[in-house]
Amino acid sequence: MERISVFTGVAAPLKRSNVDTDQIIPAVYLKRITKTGFEDGLFANWRQDPEFVLNNAPFDKAEVLIAGSDFGTGSSREHAVWALRDFGFKAVFSSKFADIFYGNAGKQGLVAGVISDEATSQIWEAIDANPGLEVKVDLPAQQLSYGDTVVPFEIDEYTKWRLMEGLDDIGITLQNEQAIADYEARRESWKPKTLPAKGV
Amino acid sequence: MTQKPLTLAEKLWRDHLVVKGENGAPDLLYIDLHLIHEVTSPQAFDGLRLAGRDIRRKDLTIATEDHNTPTADIHLPIAEPTSRAQVQALRDNTAEYGVRIHSLGDKNQGIVHVVGPQLGLTMPGLTIVCGDSHTSTHGAFGSLAMGIGTSEVEHVLATQTLPLKPFKTMAINVEGTLRPGVSAKDIILAVIAKITTGGGQGYVLEYRGSAIRSLSMEGRMTICNMSIEAGARAGMVAPDEVTFEYLKGRPHAPEGADWDAAMEYWKTLKTDDDAVFDAEVFIDADTLDPFVTWGTNPGQGVSLLDSVPDPASYDDPSLRAAAERALEYMDLQPGTKMKDIAVNTVFLGSCTNARIEDLRAAAEIIKGKKKADGIRMMVVPGSQKVRLQAEEEGLDKVFKDFGAEWRFAGCSMCLGMNPDQLGPGERAASTSNRNFEGRQGKGARTHLVSPVVAAATAIRGTLSSPSDLEG
Repeated sequence: MERISVFTGVAAPLKRSNVDTDQIIPAVYLKRITKTGFEDGLFANWRQDPEFVLNNAPFDKAEVLIAGSDFGTGSSREHAVWALRDFGFKAVFSSKFADIFYGNAGKQGLVAGVISDEATSQIWEAIDANPGLEVKVDLPAQQLSYGDTVVPFEIDEYTKWRLMEGLDDIGITLQNEQAIADYEARRESWKPKTLPAKGV
Repeated sequence: MTQKPLTLAEKLWRDHLVVKGENGAPDLLYIDLHLIHEVTSPQAFDGLRLAGRDIRRKDLTIATEDHNTPTADIHLPIAEPTSRAQVQALRDNTAEYGVRIHSLGDKNQGIVHVVGPQLGLTMPGLTIVCGDSHTSTHGAFGSLAMGIGTSEVEHVLATQTLPLKPFKTMAINVEGTLRPGVSAKDIILAVIAKITTGGGQGYVLEYRGSAIRSLSMEGRMTICNMSIEAGARAGMVAPDEVTFEYLKGRPHAPEGADWDAAMEYWKTLKTDDDAVFDAEVFIDADTLDPFVTWGTNPGQGVSLLDSVPDPASYDDPSLRAAAERALEYMDLQPGTKMKDIAVNTVFLGSCTNARIEDLRAAAEIIKGKKKADGIRMMVVPGSQKVRLQAEEEGLDKVFKDFGAEWRFAGCSMCLGMNPDQLGPGERAASTSNRNFEGRQGKGARTHLVSPVVAAATAIRGTLSSPSDLEG
């Protein structure tokens, strides 16, 4: 994974709360068996409305999404993160993320930062006053800034470290091979095994 | 030194700890059972292949086909090319890596969360994961079961472990006795309406109390299934005699000395008397009505005896805006009685409510009755085993005589991913778990209901409870 540090991009407002992953990418777009090319599914139902924010310049090139609270609820589909990433987003900010979405984002190099509801409204207003507003995302400092305004954001330390180092989770875990083998050696014999198959 | 009293969730966490995380790193937990389906696994297998990694424990991994599969004409090739490719990818991947699979047409095929329990693979005291948010279903057995993303699927395939941050714990206390016509589904819809769709975020829910104890395993699975709709990643019920009775004799249940050893451990799987939950919620089962949703998230629900709420009644501006938007999408007016809402489709199915008991409950209501004019009713068993069992009991005949479509197993109309979809503007009473915009088809409108409310609605054509059929 690419290391992430500081970047600047156009911010797009998504003025809705409780945006579930069925809205981020409807199920019908989940059928690809590759890990890329999901941009056409991003908010597909909403994008049929020509007025939808991401359909129009300058937001069609946005890289930072400022969303309402409870973003990414519902289905566990990681495709929601892939779709945001493939569309060009590098960061999403909300006052609250659903757990699975938040975890998925961190694994795919999408910064998911938590800001307050007040900060969300302020940024929306700033974008309304100046569409095309570019914001700077400083991951090491955990700050989002534009003009003279600096907004701190929260991200858990471990995810931040991994994003900054560009580390792969599996590689980190495999450093614990001995501990995993030790656990397996003391695992109870009554626990189920799928093989050999029974009941077939 | 006395040991700190623990909740059930904390005990399961403790017993699966491989490495304790330090300096902000998550804990590494061992995963006992990994369930796989065709939608969230192709990219995980690709990742393994790219990295030249094998599956660590094929003997703890099992696959089935459910999301994309058709529920009619299953002997024909899957018509839709992308669905066919996704199912084929699962077959190819499981063949290449030596993973057990139950494919379309196999008697063990079905919705992944119905298949695990019926094979006896789901049991108390396990950690269970699947690339599907409704994995919380398996918590009904007293397991820590949760949905994961595709990167995590790859992680579990490669390492049989998962890095996880500890959760907070929430007790959902449901005391009392349910009235006739009120069921597990109504409990969980009432819970979600109470704590909202974000209320469980960061928590593992433990459902407790006399009303939960009196439920069958099917009912407990219905409740745990929708923990995710309350924002929680997992929900659980401590195992008891009902659990052990359900499990005993199933194909993969422990036998002999293993059964005894398991029982000894399973009986310790309950929250200690003086353990403290981070949050507690109380629901009165005695006064609970059948619950239905009026909006576009599962927290937007009311008693069936109630009316569509007025968005102006919400103080919180974001809740008010969400309600306004939901009513527009649902084409409903504030003040309309829920029982006056007419539907054109009734869907009995999904990992929430398509087990044998759900089918029996619905069949009991419609037996000898006539379906309302113009209503389409689809009955989709959760697994082929459920379908066969229902046919053995003659339930298929009850449904067919009533005029319902009797289908093969799969996720079906719960999500618009296979041929079973609603058209734009169509309105369904659905026993599934999500009433999101477009979930059952583009522009489709969903009211979440219990199996008996679904059955009564199919008879009357408007949202109804079984008690409306009397007299």
